[in-house]
Amino acid sequence: MKKLMFAALCAALAQTALAQERTPSGKAVAKNPVSAEAEQVFRNSFRPDNPKYWMSRLEQDDAMKLCGQYKDNPPAAVRQKIELAQKATIRYPVDGKLMGKWQEGEKIAAHGRGGHIGFIQPDAPMTPRGGNCYACHQLAAKEVAYGTIGPSLHHFGKLRGNSDDIVKYAYDKIYNSNAFNACTNMPRFGLHNWLTPEEITHVVAFLMDPESPVNKD
Amino acid sequence: MIQRFIRTLVGAAVVAAFAGSAAAQDSKVADELAKYREALADGNPADLLEVKGAALWAEKRGPKNASLEQCDFGLGPGKLDGAYAQLPRYFKDTGKVMDVESRLVHCMVTLQGFKQEDVTKQWFSKPGTESDIEALVTFIGAKSNGMPINVPATHPEEKKMYQIGEYVFYRRSGPQDFSCAICHGQDGKRIRLQELGNLTTKEGAGTAMKTWPSYRVSQGAVWTMERRLIDCMRQARFPEPKYLSDSIIALQVYLQKNATGTVMETPGIKR
Repeated sequence: MKKLMFAALCAALAQTALAQERTPSGKAVAKNPVSAEAEQVFRNSFRPDNPKYWMSRLEQDDAMKLCGQYKDNPPAAVRQKIELAQKATIRYPVDGKLMGKWQEGEKIAAHGRGGHIGFIQPDAPMTPRGGNCYACHQLAAKEVAYGTIGPSLHHFGKLRGNSDDIVKYAYDKIYNSNAFNACTNMPRFGLHNWLTPEEITHVVAFLMDPESPVNKD
Repeated sequence: MIQRFIRTLVGAAVVAAFAGSAAAQDSKVADELAKYREALADGNPADLLEVKGAALWAEKRGPKNASLEQCDFGLGPGKLDGAYAQLPRYFKDTGKVMDVESRLVHCMVTLQGFKQEDVTKQWFSKPGTESDIEALVTFIGAKSNGMPINVPATHPEEKKMYQIGEYVFYRRSGPQDFSCAICHGQDGKRIRLQELGNLTTKEGAGTAMKTWPSYRVSQGAVWTMERRLIDCMRQARFPEPKYLSDSIIALQVYLQKNATGTVMETPGIKR
C-alpha cells in the first residue's frame, strides 16, 4: 500500500515537474544534418593551451548527447531510456542518513561560485562549489533574488510532509535530476560530484526540515 | 568631445547611485534598472570608445603604414553603413564565414601588415590596458545604429554555419550539464533577478543582439560579441574558446539569423 502511494506520488510530482520544466519547443526534432562536422568545429574552437583536464569537460555522456540531439525534448521512448539509465547512477551516503543540517544546506543553496575555468576570469583554485539553487528556484521567502528557470520550492516540506519517501525523492532529484525528467534544465549535482552525497543531504534538510526557512513564513 | 566626456561622467555617477540600491524587491529592482538604463542612454561611456575607434579607423598604422579605410565588411571597401547588422557573412576572398571581429583582424593583417598574433593580443581591454579592437568594433557597430539586423544565411556556407551554431546552442556538457539553451531556450525566465531572453525566437534574439557592442556597467568596459560569447562558455564551466574560432562565429550566425529584422541600438549599455 505504501509502495503504491509512493508510486502515485512520484507520478504526480513528475507530472508537475514536467509541466513546469519542459521547454516549450514543441515536437521532437530531426538530428541536426551537420552534427558530425559541428562537433569537430566545436572541439577545434578551444585554445590549445587549455589543460587536458579542462578539455575533458567537453566529453558527453549518452544523456547529454540525446538531449542535444532532440533539443531537450526527446520522444517518449528516448526519455524513458534516459531516465532509467540515470536512476541507476544514484549513490547514497555511507551512513544512509538523507537529512543533514538545514543551516549547511542554506549556505550551499545561496552559493553560486566555483568551477569556473579558463584564463580570463577563473575561480581561485579550491573555491568551494555551491549548489546555486537560488539562481533558478524560489526557496526561503526572505531571499527575493531568486530565479524562475525551475519551479518555486518555497514551503517544499510543508506542502509535502517529510515522509521517508519524500526525503528520498528530494535526495534523488538533486543527485540526478534526469532520473525523473530527462533533459531537464537542472544539473545532475551528485552524478558529476559537483556536490558530495553529504552536501546533498544538507540541501535536502534545507528543503524538508520544519525549522528550515524554506518551510517558515 | 568634451561635452561627451562630461555626459559620461554624469552617467557614471548615476550608475554608482543606482548600483548601491540594487537589493530591494524584484519588481522595484527591475524598475530601477529600467530607469538607470534610460538615464544612461544619453551618457554611454561607449561613446568615448566610438570616437577613439573612428580615429583608429582613419589613422595610417602598421608595417604598411595604411589606414583601414579600404577594409571591406561585405558591402564594398570602406562601406560601413549597415555592415555590422549584416554580419557574419561569407567572404569570397577568404572562402570563410566571418564576423565583424575576424574580418577586422583580417584587414589589420592584409591592409596594415600587422601580424595576427600581435593585433589580437589585446582583443579585450583590462583595467589599464585598452583594446584597439574593442574601439574599432564599437565604431563599426555604431554605423549600423537604427538599421535592421539582416543575416538570412542563404549562402550554403552561411547556412552550414547557422546549423553548426544551432548544434552548439543545444550541446550539453560539463559538470553542470549546461548548454546555451538551458538559460536561453524559454520565454519569460530569470536567473536570480536577471531576465533571460529566449534566443531561439526573434524577439529574444533581437533584444539580445541589437545592443552589442555594449558597455557593461558591472565590468566597467565595452564588450564585443566575441567577448560576450566566450564569457558564456566560462559561465557554462567550459574551457576557454579561441578568439575568432568558428564555433563563436557560428553561434553569431545562429543568433543574428534569429534576430533578423530587429533594429540595431548600438552601442548599448547593460548591467
